[in-house]
Amino acid sequence: MSESVIASQRGIDVAALQRVHFDRDAPLLEVDDLHVEFHTRDGTAKAVNGVSFTLHEGETLGILGESGCGKSVTAQAIMGILDIPPARVAGGKILFRGVDLQKMEEKTRRHIRANKIAMIFQDALSALNPVFTVGWQLGEIYRKHTEASRSQAKAKAVELLDLVGIPAAKERVNSFPHQFSGGMRQRVMIAMALALEPDIIIADEPTTALDVTVQAQVMKLLSDLQQDYRMGLILITHDMAVMADVADKICVMYAGNAVEQADVHQIYSRPAHPYSKGLLESIPRVDMKGQELAAIKGLPPVLVDPPPGCPFHPRCTFARERCQEEKPELYDVPGDRRSACFFWEEVISS
Amino acid sequence: MTDPHSLEGILSKGEPGGSEPGPAAKERSRSLTADAIYELVRNPVFWVAGTLVVIVLTMAVVPGLWANQDPNVSAECDIQLAQRSPSWDRPFGYTTQGCSMWGAVVYGTRNSVFVAIAGTAAIAVIAITLGVIAGFYGRWIDSVLSRITDIFFGLPFILGAIILLTILTTRTVWTISAVITVFLWPQMTRIMRGATIATKQRDFVDAARAVGASNFRIIRKHIIPNSLAPVIVIGTINLGQLIAIESTLTFLGIGFQPPTVSWGLLIQAGAGPALGGTTHLLWIPCAFVVIATLSFILLGDVLRDALDPRMR
Amino acid sequence: MGRYLIRRLLQFIPVLLGALFLLHYMTVVGIQISGDPVRALFGDNPPPESVLAAMRADYGLDNPCLDRRFDPCVAMFVERLGQYATGDFGIDLRQGRPITEHLGERFPTTMRLALIAVVFETVLGIALGVLAGLRKDRFVDNLVRASTVLLIAFPVFIIGTLIQVYVGVKLGNWIRGQDSMPDWFGQMFTVTYSADYPWLSLILPGLVLGAFSLAAIARLTRTSVIENLRADYVRTAKAKGMPGTRVVGVHTLRNSLIPVVTYIGFDIGNLMAGAVVTEGIFGVPGIGQFVFQGTQNKDAGIVVGTVTILVLVYLIFNLVVDLLYAVLDPRIRYD
Repeated sequence: MSESVIASQRGIDVAALQRVHFDRDAPLLEVDDLHVEFHTRDGTAKAVNGVSFTLHEGETLGILGESGCGKSVTAQAIMGILDIPPARVAGGKILFRGVDLQKMEEKTRRHIRANKIAMIFQDALSALNPVFTVGWQLGEIYRKHTEASRSQAKAKAVELLDLVGIPAAKERVNSFPHQFSGGMRQRVMIAMALALEPDIIIADEPTTALDVTVQAQVMKLLSDLQQDYRMGLILITHDMAVMADVADKICVMYAGNAVEQADVHQIYSRPAHPYSKGLLESIPRVDMKGQELAAIKGLPPVLVDPPPGCPFHPRCTFARERCQEEKPELYDVPGDRRSACFFWEEVISS
Repeated sequence: MTDPHSLEGILSKGEPGGSEPGPAAKERSRSLTADAIYELVRNPVFWVAGTLVVIVLTMAVVPGLWANQDPNVSAECDIQLAQRSPSWDRPFGYTTQGCSMWGAVVYGTRNSVFVAIAGTAAIAVIAITLGVIAGFYGRWIDSVLSRITDIFFGLPFILGAIILLTILTTRTVWTISAVITVFLWPQMTRIMRGATIATKQRDFVDAARAVGASNFRIIRKHIIPNSLAPVIVIGTINLGQLIAIESTLTFLGIGFQPPTVSWGLLIQAGAGPALGGTTHLLWIPCAFVVIATLSFILLGDVLRDALDPRMR
Repeated sequence: MGRYLIRRLLQFIPVLLGALFLLHYMTVVGIQISGDPVRALFGDNPPPESVLAAMRADYGLDNPCLDRRFDPCVAMFVERLGQYATGDFGIDLRQGRPITEHLGERFPTTMRLALIAVVFETVLGIALGVLAGLRKDRFVDNLVRASTVLLIAFPVFIIGTLIQVYVGVKLGNWIRGQDSMPDWFGQMFTVTYSADYPWLSLILPGLVLGAFSLAAIARLTRTSVIENLRADYVRTAKAKGMPGTRVVGVHTLRNSLIPVVTYIGFDIGNLMAGAVVTEGIFGVPGIGQFVFQGTQNKDAGIVVGTVTILVLVYLIFNLVVDLLYAVLDPRIRYD
């Protein structure tokens, strides 16, 4: 659908979005040196500490890391749904088609959500409102972003449920979230994200709460739809297997920092950062049966009080004295990749 | 969800953890009790409420420490002085009986506080016993007890107490405490049952069972210590609530009877004259009831904040 | 919904019978311990024993089981249930009029008082709770929290007597003394009920009656709003690009009001007990004052009969609230 058609359908409510000049040649999404802080009783926690990446049409970017590493915070900062306070975007730019979302007025930015960038959450049971029917929750998007009437919105909701493969969509549209199975609920979440055919979908751990077989179905649905609509997908997960299947390129995060960025094959074959290497070695493999599973020792640092130097050094097997004093920047590594390790050459060749 | 059916539920803040991101919270190595004490001593509300509670309790136990005009001794009262307003040497004025108002409220503390303590203690004993039995053994015992508590919840407390106390002709601290206990045991029992069920499902109970601990030992060593925090909190809040309830019943004419001295009776006696302008007869005993009630409620509130690990 | 309804009705019957039995047992044990209420009625100047015996027979108090301590008198209970079913809740011991007749006369006044209290406590309580919840830890929130704890520590009878003296008499007399003030305005600050102003003179007692619940509702709403604002579905609503007013007004509030509705059902019990005190203090000729007078005069007929009816009303009201709860929360309805 062309920009002008969409705008004419939506009337004054969305006129603000129509006036924004998106640069169609610019990348879909550019995140540049993003910093997010949380004010807590114990001090300021730097949850995201200078993350940058670019996302193009039809591309899947995976963000990988342990819980609490700043993946979800990054996603929420892009969506503009952080709780402010205690959170605060302390620096950096988020550009959608060349337009800085941070500088946009809230009434315009809210139309970016759902229209341009949509989000899928981890636990669909708690992410869907328990007291409204799924049809109502889907229809709400049409009613508040377009001029659709209640009945039009409901018809659209049925179409959407059909699209994501929910059987008997016409009846199910009147059901409440708790009446669906986990997998079906996650499909409803996907339908919700797709409603206005956004350019980018951010999926935050979309399959973590599901059974393994259902996981595969939901991931397949998501990546099929992504291909059909040529959307950019940001997939946030700690599941290395899901990541290997779906992602084109990967950004590995540790304690709020991007520690390695590379093509999916490069990371899985030859990681350039000790943390990525550690993550890979902790996947159980059939050909290594009987051997002890390697685990990364220790715990991630406390964000209000990070260690000096490289944040990973207390857990790193490659760590030297330099790592305790100096924080490594993201070094360019041959093959269009980056690693935040002084000794990346050593890590690759090990 | 918070339980709207008890004062404790109404007071609860229901905001576990605050809004900080998980990993940012500092690791705490202190034990739970040490942590609770640490939280308490830093809280000014604890000191204010705690001091007031200590004052109220000492007034109840040794009123002579605070006042030397015992209204029960007729020589201390002079009907000529009845209703006299506060002055420099008698800043609280005189009661309708011509006794020192300060002496009357101080000596009246004992009855109000005694009912609160006796009632709360009895409720706690019943609640811990029945709550643990229902929660631990479950099955039909639990069903029967739950139905019985449902029935008691079907009776608004004051209305039930009104019936019983209207018919009972002897009303002493014992009968009033007993009536309060009869109607208020189900609240705490229900909470104790919930706490027991929650503790029972914890891993250390399975571990204890695995090494062959008897049911009685599990209850004594694990269930009760781990369920005690809510009982302490609710018990403290209950003390405040019972002081208010006792004075209400007395005001209605079905609690303490003259010539006993109690806060409720002083208010009842002072309400009429206060309309005519001698307001000290009303507001002084009222202030005592409110301050005592408030102190216990606030103390319970800060105790909950300190004892409940979910709040951090 | 149908199954929930049936289950709830089935649970209602044992609770109803249980509560009625409990009331009966309380009465019976009280009589077994203290002696019969007819005797108590006359204090130190009892009429001849023959008159007393006749009265006992009239009120069904001559049953021998009343002499056996802690005997539940089941036969008497069954007989009473039969009387309740025909609408017979006994008579007062002094005039001998049916309790239901008294209550019929007094009902409209109490209804007006309760209406004022409920409107006051829910409207202001929810508004304050939402305001405090949205401004958590700011000035408004601290103010609401502090003032509600203070209000909870004030028993109704203390608020009532203090308001009567300081607002009704002191402020009220001043207002009524001002020539510039219209007459009806002074009636809002009245010391006692006045039949000429059936609504205005109930405003002050109504506020007193609703004060405790106002504090409770404000606190419950606040807690609930804070909990729900943190809920994942509120974040989803933001991610869907819903305007801030809708995120709060529709997605947060709708869920936050569920516990408040259940509280209001429970609160009817508070209001009934509070009405006894409030109507007693302000001389409001309602059902509460009737019970108040019953307790003052030791008229067991009034107290037992009226309280029984009030408990029935309370139980039925709670049943209705539970059904309303199911309407509001689909998770209950479909489980």
